[in-house]
Amino acid sequence: MVELNALFQGFAVVLTPFNMLLMTIGIVLGVIIGVLPGLGGANGVAILLPLTFAMPPTSAIIMLSCIYWGALFGGAITSILFNIPGEPWSVATTFDGYPMAQQGRAGEALTAAFTSSFVGAFVAVVMITFLAPMVAKFALQFGPPEFFAVYLLTFCSFIGMGKGSPWKTLSAMMLGFALAAVGMDTVTGQLRLIFGFTDLMRGFDFLIAVIGLFGIGEILLSMEEGLSFTGKTARINPKVVFQTWASLPKYWATLVRSSAIGIWMGITPGGATPASFMSYGVAKRMSRDGEKFGTGQIEGVIAPETAAHAAGTSALLPMLALGIPGSPTAAVLLGGLLIWGLQPGPLLFVEQKDFVWGLIASMYLGNIFGLVIVLTCVPLFAAILRIPFSIIAPVILVICAIGAYTVHSAMLDIWFMMLFGVIGYLFKKLNYPLAPMVLALVLGDRAEDSFRQSMLIAQGDLRIFFSNGLVGGITALALILLFWPLVSRVVGRLRGA
Amino acid sequence: MTDETPLPDPDERVGISLRLMDIIVALLLFVVGAVVVFDSYRLGSSWGSDGPQSGYFPFRVGILICIASLITFVQAVRARNLSYVMFVSLARLKLVLIVLIPALFYVLCVQYIGLYVASAIYIALFMVWLGKYSWLKSILVGALVNVSFFFMFEVWFKVPLWKGDLDPLRFLGF
Repeated sequence: MVELNALFQGFAVVLTPFNMLLMTIGIVLGVIIGVLPGLGGANGVAILLPLTFAMPPTSAIIMLSCIYWGALFGGAITSILFNIPGEPWSVATTFDGYPMAQQGRAGEALTAAFTSSFVGAFVAVVMITFLAPMVAKFALQFGPPEFFAVYLLTFCSFIGMGKGSPWKTLSAMMLGFALAAVGMDTVTGQLRLIFGFTDLMRGFDFLIAVIGLFGIGEILLSMEEGLSFTGKTARINPKVVFQTWASLPKYWATLVRSSAIGIWMGITPGGATPASFMSYGVAKRMSRDGEKFGTGQIEGVIAPETAAHAAGTSALLPMLALGIPGSPTAAVLLGGLLIWGLQPGPLLFVEQKDFVWGLIASMYLGNIFGLVIVLTCVPLFAAILRIPFSIIAPVILVICAIGAYTVHSAMLDIWFMMLFGVIGYLFKKLNYPLAPMVLALVLGDRAEDSFRQSMLIAQGDLRIFFSNGLVGGITALALILLFWPLVSRVVGRLRGA
Repeated sequence: MTDETPLPDPDERVGISLRLMDIIVALLLFVVGAVVVFDSYRLGSSWGSDGPQSGYFPFRVGILICIASLITFVQAVRARNLSYVMFVSLARLKLVLIVLIPALFYVLCVQYIGLYVASAIYIALFMVWLGKYSWLKSILVGALVNVSFFFMFEVWFKVPLWKGDLDPLRFLGF
């Protein structure tokens, strides 16, 4: 029960007026970001990260993680009321949420969505509270080869589990690694891949990439679709809330199953989006009213929302315990740790107790705050979407530009942001996945360092990655995942024959 | 490169095919990979006296980019059926360029007159041009948004933003 003690200390850290204020600001900003097209969890946090440079790290992470929870909540509002998913992970919520709103059951759908998000997140946080310290303790024994093997596992699973072409995933990922290598080599001090441009010496900051890829790319995409917002109005009165809450225990099986799917997909770098789709699919198959899915079934809202939130939350577990983010947003938070001068990895649990447990405690409180805020302020947030696109679009672009500039106070970064925006647009339309690219950009230097250190220990002998049971097991698992598309094709052919 | 289904707008029927775009992007990625390989080779991509040289890791990354993009290229060339799938129609490309080109001009303006002034002008022009708002309303929105940004960044959070090479807001003393 050491964890519970530590957790209560965490609550003591969070429950100061300043931190509570930051939590509220974070949630509100997050919901706004989640509602607006073009601003999402990852780039929203990236844009607001520079504002926290001067804050103490614990307060900063509390605010930023609350922005993330807010964005997770916000995605559901636009999906249900406007049939426009504000975030990719709320696409599956539109399937049944929007039909419910059309039938005049918007309040019920929203309450179900928010409450099940809360349940998903809560289960995931409880899991983090008890599992993360154990994982971190275990990982304290890791040396460079083990860490490289875990990085390998992370990246191989993108290739093995990805839906699209594995070659496109590999291209995007390696492009991320190449961009991470630009600038000063941290070991030898040599300048790499800058071709005489001294401005490139700093390298490409992944925050700029995130703002461009997700922000500008998204604006270009939504412009192409010629967005027009025609939505249902919503007001949630307390009676509907309590009625919906009373009906929710009936769906306990869906809630448990979706939480489990979400947690699994969040810890492995599957992420919230596939988790929500998978959970929706499974719920459809398992439910007695499966064939009615898509016509406004409350279960069709509960399943994806629970899974998306559980996945979004549990993506922070590998980030905290191992220093390996499970999603682009977790990657941005990890970037924040580096900026605030904290070394991500298992030692965080030993050296930065206040920080870690403050963050975990804020996850509990943040989600409770979030639930209350979204339930009471839905009409306000929905009103944001009634602002015409011709005002919202330039303002979002300006916000992205400001965000890109403030990272390093460098004008050149705004140009890079535009470049990444075009790359993001092309990659999205051609099915190159963006998440592995961002993760490679964030982890590039660290992965390279652990690889070089391993090579130094072994004098260039690759067999070091099989030198003991632990590292060998992780490496083998990584290789199996890497060749999974090939294996499944061969198995499929054998079965067909 | 045209789609078979008749659509009312001729610009909706003409466009760039998915296959062509796949080929172009794969080739661009190959060039990037080749550049990475080239520079890593120059830096030394093998084993030095004190361990792996600077180009050791990027060299292998570059090779993987080349291989992966080459395979994507071959797959795209062979997928003739994708010639009839539209990447973007001319009408939609126009919509994208309507946003992208002014945005590039905006960044160019930011370079010289700074974030605040350029942003105010950009928002106002965007509203007049695409939103068909009146000049008065547009200028008011553009100015208000940026005044509030100014207070938020310069005054409250003490994060100075880029004022431009010409710095038209010099008189404010920030």
